[in-house]
Amino acid sequence: MGATATAEPSNHPAPPGGRTPPRVLGAMIALGAALIVLPWAIGAFGDAWVRALCFVTLYVMLALGLNIVVGFAGLLDLGYIAFYAVGAYTYALLASPHLTEHFPALAHAFPAGLHVSIWVTLPIGASLAAAFGILLGTPVLKLRGDYLAIVTLGFGEIIRIFLNNLNAPLNFTNGPSGITLIDPVRIGSFNLAHPGTVLGMHPSSLVLYYYLLVAVALLAILVCVRLQDSRLGRAWMALREDEVAARAMGVNVRNVKLLAFSLGATFGGVAGGLFAAFQGFVSPESFSLNESIIVLSMIVLGGLGHVPGVVLGAVMLALLPEALRHTAVPLQDALFGRVLIDAEVLRMLLYGLATVGIMLYRPRGLWPAPEHGMRRAFGRVAAANGEAAKAVSGHG
Amino acid sequence: MAECVLLAHGINKRFGGLQALSDVEIRIERGQIYGLIGPNGAGKTTFFNVLTGLTAPDAGTFELCGVRYWPTEAHRVAQLGIARTFQNIRLFPDMTALENVMVGRHTRTRANALDAVLRTRRARTEEAEIRQRALEIIEDIGIGRYAYYLARTLPYGDQRRLEIARALATEPRLLALDEPAAGMNATEKAALLELMARIRSRGVTILLIEHDVKLVMGLCDRVTVLDYGKVIAVGSPAQVQCDPGVIEAYLGRAHAAAPPRLSPT
Repeated sequence: MGATATAEPSNHPAPPGGRTPPRVLGAMIALGAALIVLPWAIGAFGDAWVRALCFVTLYVMLALGLNIVVGFAGLLDLGYIAFYAVGAYTYALLASPHLTEHFPALAHAFPAGLHVSIWVTLPIGASLAAAFGILLGTPVLKLRGDYLAIVTLGFGEIIRIFLNNLNAPLNFTNGPSGITLIDPVRIGSFNLAHPGTVLGMHPSSLVLYYYLLVAVALLAILVCVRLQDSRLGRAWMALREDEVAARAMGVNVRNVKLLAFSLGATFGGVAGGLFAAFQGFVSPESFSLNESIIVLSMIVLGGLGHVPGVVLGAVMLALLPEALRHTAVPLQDALFGRVLIDAEVLRMLLYGLATVGIMLYRPRGLWPAPEHGMRRAFGRVAAANGEAAKAVSGHG
Repeated sequence: MAECVLLAHGINKRFGGLQALSDVEIRIERGQIYGLIGPNGAGKTTFFNVLTGLTAPDAGTFELCGVRYWPTEAHRVAQLGIARTFQNIRLFPDMTALENVMVGRHTRTRANALDAVLRTRRARTEEAEIRQRALEIIEDIGIGRYAYYLARTLPYGDQRRLEIARALATEPRLLALDEPAAGMNATEKAALLELMARIRSRGVTILLIEHDVKLVMGLCDRVTVLDYGKVIAVGSPAQVQCDPGVIEAYLGRAHAAAPPRLSPT
């Protein structure tokens, strides 16, 4: 057996930072091209689909952020949407007439109204979300599992209720009516809401938002993958697997947990800011418990802790309602002559069925991390299976 | 006189009405394999937990290589230079064997989140070093062929070895092994003995909890016997073996007068 270990240098993956294998590179280029063409292709079926794609990318960001907390560090968080809310309201307040309308002193200071650039508001929103992440993380450092879930759920509700009620005596959030007239994204003097002509084409505002959101989502994927594959990522996983052993191996559990909460929250904050800019309107009802649970379902369905799986889960669950909206009613009309089940009801039904199905047949998600753990060795999974190892030693 | 690696004395720990440790003291010299034995419930594992910062002691002084420390935070103790294994194996089951060992490098490396995201030169060289070092250790311990297997899929004896590899990755001055031979067969035990001798030859001092008296007798330079949280004997294995107090603790009073021969429990 000792001979096998030395006779198979090919079993060892390329060192990190080595060149990307051509196959992977090819797949990446194809995927990039598909992402660029997609809005034009799908836009032929109506703007609603492009809008849906935009929401898909926002959910991808949220799912990736929550995956850091739940998937990597193993901390069950049922109030994640609160960070999305923090990001969204930060952007909404700093880039809409709301504050200047209700606070004369502020109106005096900014006679033209508060129109802070997205390059300033996004970092502020993200840092504020991170700060809230630490605020949530600090009191729950010693909690695990169900207890942690209950506290985080409460935290999410607290944020939403605050947003709902902070309209009196001083009107900060405009309560349940939400904040309107939020500035769209401006890049220099270029306004994404009124693009006009770009490179001789006339892309709709939606398509441009889609490109922006996809770019940010891709960045989020990159950050996630790099974090996972680092000293910190391993510390998170160690924490998830066995907290006591992680401590005994020198992992500072407190710091590592707080980092997970705050980095996860940062993703939520960025997604929230983009959501506010894209939608032009925010209100507390977008940040209900239901949303937290949907994001959690995405990562569980896709494959907890596995970035490609998480992205897949987010895409599927975010597209489902849109697909149903367009198919459920016409399909039932054609089949039965009338609508038996409303699209919204059908959606919850399918969510439930999908969850039960996943639990029964794919408890690790649709696309889980590879079993043999050849995570970093592309195309060499077979080498870990023993047969290949034997073959190698046989030849040698 | 040889350099003292661990010096602990006056250690007390009470759990409610149970005095788990009372005035325990231990002195381990560099290069020793030191045995800690005693009947079930004697407080051996509690002593380990206190020593490594998993359970806070009520009183006591601790010194590692001349540095005073107060064990309340396990990660500090690990950084200071005590690494341990657990009686019931506590690996990171869904990480590969290699990744388990790489986690052991955590306390000897420093790349932070920003380094990881930007993949700075520092992070890349450090990451390569971690991987290289972990591979060396895992090969050295004799489970290199499992490097890319998930830890939970390893055979039992090799899981124990992996735990030792992970502990060694923290570059400990003192390696604390909590019943490393538990559940091993004779062949595995022989291999374990050989491994421990090899670790000692690299300059790592070993503290060992063990039930297998034969193993302790053959391997340890010095032994402390605990019973009901108290030290009842200290000395070479041969001395301890003849100590009537020890025999009484293990076999009961009637045997204490009988010829001094301690059979394996």
